[in-house]
Formats: sequence, structure tokens, C-alpha cells
Amino acid sequence: MDGAAIYSLFIINKSGGLIFYKDYGSTGRMDTNDSLRLASLWHSMHAISQQLSPTVGCSGVELLQADTFDLHCFQSLTGTKFFVVCEPGTQRMEALLKFIYELFADYVLKNPFYEMEMPIRCELFDLNLLQAVQKDRVASLSR
Amino acid sequence: MQFFGGSDISPSPPVTTGSGDNGHMMYIFNRNGVCLLYREWNRPLKTLDAQQDHKLMFGLLFSLKSFTAKMDPTSVEKGNLGVPQLPGQGCSFHSFRTNTYKLSFMESPSGIKIILVTSPKTGDLRESLKYIYNLYVEYVVKNPLYTPGTPISCELFNTTVDQYVKNLA
Repeated sequence: MDGAAIYSLFIINKSGGLIFYKDYGSTGRMDTNDSLRLASLWHSMHAISQQLSPTVGCSGVELLQADTFDLHCFQSLTGTKFFVVCEPGTQRMEALLKFIYELFADYVLKNPFYEMEMPIRCELFDLNLLQAVQKDRVASLSR
Repeated sequence: MQFFGGSDISPSPPVTTGSGDNGHMMYIFNRNGVCLLYREWNRPLKTLDAQQDHKLMFGLLFSLKSFTAKMDPTSVEKGNLGVPQLPGQGCSFHSFRTNTYKLSFMESPSGIKIILVTSPKTGDLRESLKYIYNLYVEYVVKNPLYTPGTPISCELFNTTVDQYVKNLA
């Protein structure tokens, strides 16, 4: 196994626009338009899933289990959604998403040159994110 | 492609050790999006009228299926987003979970979709959905008075499903 526990990471802003997308080794390239479409599709399905809830207080899909992947989604209080696509049954993804949210707060939101709701282009964020994902990969291999 | 061999109901349904009251509701759609059956056991929150609710549910499943087919990280040729696919074609999904409910989904080769909404703590329900599909085949499809494509009104089917879901883990 080449240790590709995580396939990709998406960050979408509160209006459904894709502001960050990173691929960590899925088969078959996805072009930019497709990633944008998938992001906004996810945004609307997340909203619909809240409407269909049988009880009050639903905050949208947290885990989607497909035939070949799992999708873990985390929504911050301000409406920014983070989701990772990973191998089925990968553990500790909630913790990773929370950590990515921390990195986002530290290296993107506190960057004075970052414009809110716009695509993320911050070198330090990229760097720390890569480290976090690699660390997670090593941790999952050593278990 | 999933295939459900044998026409007999499995002699014993999958093991159920539940305390009951886990099921919220169940939908059965045919491949045209007609809601054949809607059962409701525990649904305090209703935001829409029944017909709109069924449409929204079918729409969500349709979009989620095109989403997963396009997202599939293991295949090279994924086609275009939103192009309708035949049952069993492309990567599908079997459940999703929110903080208030879990939705389990199964599609048969003929395009019958069975959706079960339960409490979020419920485990894997794939076997249970296959069992419900078997009940559908036995009690509905084999009923000579049933016209395919029309809403199901078989008393025996309803009571059996109610009984089964009540005992679901």
C-alpha cells in the first residue's frame, strides 16, 4: 500500500464557492471546473440534508459513505466547510479536519493580505497543511 | 454490480438487537422517481408537505449519486457531472450521517430505491435494506393485484416492514 489514506481536501466558503482544493493522489485528474461544480453541489446537498431531518437541530451531513470512499465534512461556525475524501473506514478524520481548521484560522484568516471568501493562496498554509497530512499518513501506517 | 440471488426471503432476517424506536421513516422510489411507499414512525419535525418532501428526497439522492460518481477517486473514466447513469453504473453510496439522523440507501438493479432514515447511532444497514427489498419482492411484486409503478397499498407488506424496523438495531 502506498499510504494514500486521504484522496483530496476541499474548503468551501459560506456561499458555496471553492476556495481551496488539493489532491493527494486520486486516480484520474479532475479539472478545475469539475472541482468547482462538485464543491457547490456539496454545498447545496448539505443544505438540503438539513431540511429533510426528522428532528430539530440538524447541522448537515458529517459523513458520506460511498462504495469506494468516505467523505468527512466539518462546518465551522461561520459557515466555511472543510471536507476530506478518504479511503473507506479511515479513522480520526474529525480530528484532522479540526486541525486543518486551526491552520486555516492561523495562516489564512490572520494573514493581512488574505481577502475573505476568496481563493486561498498562502504559502505557509500550504506548507503546514502538507505536514499535517503527511503526519496523519505516517500515523495511519504505523498503526 | 450488486445482485440479489434467490427469490425466497432469507429464512431469518439479519440479527436485530435493537431496543426499538430507532427508525424515523422509510421511502421507496421506483426508477422514475415515483414514491411507491412512504412510512413514518417518528418524525416530530415536518418542514414541507408530503409531495414536496418526496421530491426533495429523490432529488437529493439523484444529486448525491452524480456527486459520488464524479468524485470516485479510484476510477479514471468518470464521465461528466450530472449525466444520468444506470443503476449499478458508477460509484454510488450506501449511507450518510448527520448529527440528527442517518440515511441508508439501496438501489436494486431495476432502479428501485429503498431509503431508511434512522437514528445517527445505527450501524451498517446494508443487509437490512436487502432484507426489506426481499420483503418487497415477496409481498408486493408477487401480489397479482399490484400494478407496477403505482403506490404500494399492501397491508401485509406494511405490517411486516413496521415490525421489522421496530426491532432494528
